[in-house]
Amino acid sequence: MATALADTKHVAIADLKGKVDPDWCPGCGDFGVLAAVQKALVELQIPNYNVVTISGIGCSSNFPGFINTYGMHTLHGRALAVATGVKLANHDLTVLVTGGDGDGFGIGGNHFVHTMRRNVDLLYIVMDNQIYGLTTGQTSPTSRIGMKTKSMPFGNIEAPVNPISMALAAGATFIARGFSAEQKHLTELIKQGIEHKGFSFLDVFSPCVTYNYDNTYQWFRPRVKKLEDDHAYDPTNWMAAMEKSLLWGDEIPIGRFFERTDVPTLHGAEPVLSDGPLLHSDARMPSDVARSFIEELM
Amino acid sequence: MKQTFAIGIGGAAGQGVATPGDIFAKIFSRRGLHLNAYNAYQSIIRGGHTFLTIRTGPEKVTNMGDRLDLLIPLNQDAMDRHLRLLTVGAACIYNSDTIKPGVAAEGVGLCPLPASKLADITRNKVAQNTLAVGAGLSMMGIGFQALEEVLTEQFKKKGEAVVSENVGIARVGYDYATANFRSFAWPLPVTGNRYAVISGNIAMAMGGAAAGVKFYCAYPMSPSTGVLHWMAAHARKAGIMVRQVEDEIGVVNMAIGAAHAGVRSMCATSGGGFALMSEGLGLSAMMETPVVVIDCQRAGPSTGVPTKTEQGDLWQMLGAAFGDYPRALAAPLDIGDCFKIIPEIFNIADRFQCPGIVLCDLLLSEGRLSVDPKDLDFAPVIDRGELITAASAGPNGGVYKRYKITESGISPRAVPGVPGYTHTAASDEHDEDGVLISDEFTNPAKRRAMMEKRMRKVAGIEAAVPPPVLWGPRDADVTLIGWGSTKGVIEEACEILTEQGISANQLQIRWLVPLHGDAILDILKGPRHTIIVENNYSGQFARYLRSETSFVPDGHIRKYDGEPFMPHHIVEAVKEQLRGKSKLSVPEHEILV
Repeated sequence: MATALADTKHVAIADLKGKVDPDWCPGCGDFGVLAAVQKALVELQIPNYNVVTISGIGCSSNFPGFINTYGMHTLHGRALAVATGVKLANHDLTVLVTGGDGDGFGIGGNHFVHTMRRNVDLLYIVMDNQIYGLTTGQTSPTSRIGMKTKSMPFGNIEAPVNPISMALAAGATFIARGFSAEQKHLTELIKQGIEHKGFSFLDVFSPCVTYNYDNTYQWFRPRVKKLEDDHAYDPTNWMAAMEKSLLWGDEIPIGRFFERTDVPTLHGAEPVLSDGPLLHSDARMPSDVARSFIEELM
Repeated sequence: MKQTFAIGIGGAAGQGVATPGDIFAKIFSRRGLHLNAYNAYQSIIRGGHTFLTIRTGPEKVTNMGDRLDLLIPLNQDAMDRHLRLLTVGAACIYNSDTIKPGVAAEGVGLCPLPASKLADITRNKVAQNTLAVGAGLSMMGIGFQALEEVLTEQFKKKGEAVVSENVGIARVGYDYATANFRSFAWPLPVTGNRYAVISGNIAMAMGGAAAGVKFYCAYPMSPSTGVLHWMAAHARKAGIMVRQVEDEIGVVNMAIGAAHAGVRSMCATSGGGFALMSEGLGLSAMMETPVVVIDCQRAGPSTGVPTKTEQGDLWQMLGAAFGDYPRALAAPLDIGDCFKIIPEIFNIADRFQCPGIVLCDLLLSEGRLSVDPKDLDFAPVIDRGELITAASAGPNGGVYKRYKITESGISPRAVPGVPGYTHTAASDEHDEDGVLISDEFTNPAKRRAMMEKRMRKVAGIEAAVPPPVLWGPRDADVTLIGWGSTKGVIEEACEILTEQGISANQLQIRWLVPLHGDAILDILKGPRHTIIVENNYSGQFARYLRSETSFVPDGHIRKYDGEPFMPHHIVEAVKEQLRGKSKLSVPEHEILV
């Protein structure tokens, strides 16, 4: 049986190599995210056919084409909605959602908030570069005040969103931030996010080397401080996480901000799914159930 | 003309118009009578004016008809608006404590019920309604037992005391009418049949359950919300995952996600929500992931008239999402067809891996019809098409190409989770193996090949869907052309015209895409006078038919006041047009709702 063979096969990095090489600009932070995701899947030994990588539109959303799993490269901002449907139809799948800050916090902001409160069991990785890249450099929802872009040539006058605080307020049950240049740390966060049962949000600083001259590797490197290095930090403390999420300046925390494991996942809370994934359920309605539906109308 | 009996119940929202309506509907259907119910109402929870029409008879009743036999006004406003509609032989039952009758036409029976003398109206706020139902049934020649049964079922949950109180009040009304009012000339017959009474929304939801829908999601929007309500209430019994989503953009994309993972997936909305779904339909087409979207039309544009009917969304359906792609678009012809059309369109969507759109409207969605329970077939043909859900054989030649170029345009579809078939489905244009060609790899030859592959499915869909047929005599004087929900009223107009010496036949379009233009032209050739009847301002179907076939009819009958056609609207317009008076008739809706 092909299934049994595949199940016992060791998952290697080579199995996860996409059909084409990434076409990101040389030096793009997204390379580091792709490498970390592949490493995490190997370390967790999840077979590629059980993974669905789902993205929206943008540079980082080209991600599913560069990794050999099942993939869906959907519409701008809609990846989380599509991913929710996938997970509810077959909750045996490992669902990864990948995209950028414009895709997730701008056009997809509504789905971002609601998917978190629903605690859909998936890992959402935002490659946050504080700029629109594929459209050649416009202000994004995470661009800083004053940042000059093609769409705001005299400087941004709108306050940026704080993705970590938003996720905390919206009820995400795993919230973390990584830096694409911190490979080992990022891989660890991805593994935690995949293993967490519920909605895992991972905001990753993934510098745009072409359009963002403010938030560069050099800018991030001295600022990022790992929460894991602070042994007093308790990631189960929501208030402490909220406080940490507000830090932005000389010190910017990365790592696991928050995790709680006491909230049921959306698929776990739905009795309809208690007999297993919908995909395997019988298409035909039992005749006594059908009869009872008609009887109600008589 | 076929024998029918119609009741109109009018009052303010919150006054309990629906309950007497439900009671009459149950009693009629249990007598083996057909019925059609239509509720004219406004977007208001309390107040305003609601007017429910129930028409019944031993033969199929497809529309509200032209005549009211019994009027039950629950307040003065309803009396003032509708008494003028009654003609000889009709009657009006009203609470004479609070309502003054106006001037009735000759031969109309005014039946005052002194409610406060007959029942304790301080205890029972809907006593006037119950008295009127009892009185009405007496005048229709229906035995009291039928009413007692229905009232007992209705109030059973509230306990024995409430049952006997209501049965008692109904009995008083019944006996009072027997003693004081003249019975209707046509006592309602009994047949051996038994019908289910069903709304179009429930029919579409049940049709989905029968089709094997496992995922349903929606955002509440009148007049489609009834589908969500049925799905939500029956989800656990039916094994369907039902979600209420944050907006219609989320709805269509979530439905596509579930469909992509391999289950039948459906959603419903109205025109405004559909507009938000438009981009998602393109995604379904490009990823070749089948999804079924129901649009329950209401009067537009914009928020429009949320509680009124229209056939104004046709061009939105035809133009939904940019770019060219195969789609299936069908308009159910009546409430029973709302059930049947769902498994049919799922089979098309699944086989051809494209979006299927059901174009319903408020008239069917919220209207109710008696349906033979045998017509609610829970074992329809289910054809999932070329779907790979298990790795039994493995891909041919070792490499799976999700978008393999084939003669039919259909490429076998593997769902996530199957070993050996990993691929990416993209909204970007892609090659056979799913790799994007849209950005740096753009290749005109590949783009052309993929466009042609997808569009080849159009011919397959056309062959899989039957062409329309002409109903009635081929050599009639006039052909009435309609689409979707106007089937019943046009049919009745044809019958009336034929009785009046003008032979008429009907061409009713159910499948809008594919249209089968050649078959339509073949039907319409010849010297007959042709008129297109539709519930919109601009003649959306007439313009579509012309764009597809160059056919121009002799005339048009259109209505865009939010209310459905009544048979006489069409009959009078046809006669006017045959006299050469006009090419465009816009009948006036005489009922003030």
